[in-house]
Amino acid sequence: MKRYSAFAIAREALRQHKGWSHAWASPEPGSSYDVVIVGAGGHGLATAYYLGRNFGITNVAVIDKGWLGGGNTGRNTTIIRSNYLQDPSAALYEKSRALFETLSQDLNYNVMFSPRGVMMLAQTEHEKRGYLRTERANALQRVQTRFIQPAEVKKLVPIINLDGPRYPVLGALWQARGGTARHDAVAWGFARACSDMGMHVIEQCAVTGVEAAGGQVTAVNTTKGTISCKKLGIVVAGHSGALADMAGFRLPVESVALQALVSEPVKPCMDVVVMANTVHGYMSQSDKGEMVIGGGADGFNNYTQRGSWHHIEETVRALVETFPMISRLKMLRQWGGIVDMTGDRSPIISKTPLGNCFINCGWGTGGFKATPGSGWAMAELIAKGEPGPLAAEFSMTRFREGRFIDESVAAGVAH
Amino acid sequence: MLILTCPCCGVTAEETEFSPGGEAHLKRYGPGSPDRDYESYMFNRKNPRGVHFERWRHTYGCGKWFLAARCTITLEVFGTYRAQTTEPPADIIAAIKARRPEWEGFA
Repeated sequence: MKRYSAFAIAREALRQHKGWSHAWASPEPGSSYDVVIVGAGGHGLATAYYLGRNFGITNVAVIDKGWLGGGNTGRNTTIIRSNYLQDPSAALYEKSRALFETLSQDLNYNVMFSPRGVMMLAQTEHEKRGYLRTERANALQRVQTRFIQPAEVKKLVPIINLDGPRYPVLGALWQARGGTARHDAVAWGFARACSDMGMHVIEQCAVTGVEAAGGQVTAVNTTKGTISCKKLGIVVAGHSGALADMAGFRLPVESVALQALVSEPVKPCMDVVVMANTVHGYMSQSDKGEMVIGGGADGFNNYTQRGSWHHIEETVRALVETFPMISRLKMLRQWGGIVDMTGDRSPIISKTPLGNCFINCGWGTGGFKATPGSGWAMAELIAKGEPGPLAAEFSMTRFREGRFIDESVAAGVAH
Repeated sequence: MLILTCPCCGVTAEETEFSPGGEAHLKRYGPGSPDRDYESYMFNRKNPRGVHFERWRHTYGCGKWFLAARCTITLEVFGTYRAQTTEPPADIIAAIKARRPEWEGFA
């Protein structure tokens, strides 16, 4: 792998840019690997990356039925924050946010991490009380957040309307070190680093079955042949239920469509991320000037990747009251992604009933922010066979045992 | 947009008139049952990619609960039926088989 640097750009400029190579190799699958990761999205690739970097396991294949980062990694609204309520969540998401700060340097790939600040608006008394509680919890968890008053909200976001009749702004939970990153670049950067370590990233290779012997996983059947493996990691977000079915177990997960939309580009008008959870809407401005707007999730199981009109109407109606200037914006695109929701709105990073088969799922509506932290914790689980401190509380058996990690306030809808 | 017909009052309407209620035909386990059974009833779901049986309530109409058979990939509704059953009726099964010959059946 050639390192990217200012020097490399200068050198290539003199050679008419003929020296650049592919960022990652696209090999055909081998017959066996130490670890096979299903799902080449951000979380799957991050898992492979940290397997190599932290544990020296590089005989790894990451396979995906589509193209790299083509699922939820390419469909989210790129928000990064760690202002959760419960200790296990705060530890995991804060680890992830901290990894994002140096991710571009670690990967030698610009993921455009922009710690511009994330603001979660309190628009009802209940929400205000909830965020005041989160602020206290975050202080104990050493996650830097602050509850700010409406005047400070207005100072940070001049385009906001504080006095809406239906959704007045009563304050906000402010995490100055949250922000956004370039979602595709995160997947590409991890893929490049994995490829550099000799791992195989294999696209267009759908899993059709999981083979086991004596209660241990032995191989996966794919559209490109059978690949045997010592350990299997399932990191497929919305389609976790289908993979779990192949591996012979059921998950406490239901898949629904979550949608987002993006406007035509406008001049810079908002330099923080604003989330309005009461109204199921959140907004930030991309580097290209588009307003990126996230909406609500469908209430029923579905795999449609498209979303519903009435959810767009609800989201936009509420956001127009809070941000009157967007009322005449034209929308460029709308899309949906399939998110896997657990009962307590917290993820699962866990061993499974099948030996040497591990699963990472249930990130619901907010997986992007956790990409490096999730990979870090999942790599430790796969390498050691037992969860480390970050993943320990996120076992899939927590539902049976009544050890919920209730994040319905922090993660229920908007991300 | 998803369009459903309420089998209780016969009204056909858009999804905004109804509220989804999750997987149908769950076997219920109460006090005294093993933890695994209670877990499967409370949390574990089939979450299929394809034919799904589910509960709906006609919230902004007659207010009654009913059941529906629907494809989770295309949102095609194969039929709706009354909630007072423990498994899908024969005509719903036939309607699904007609549209999805490869479907493995209700289990």
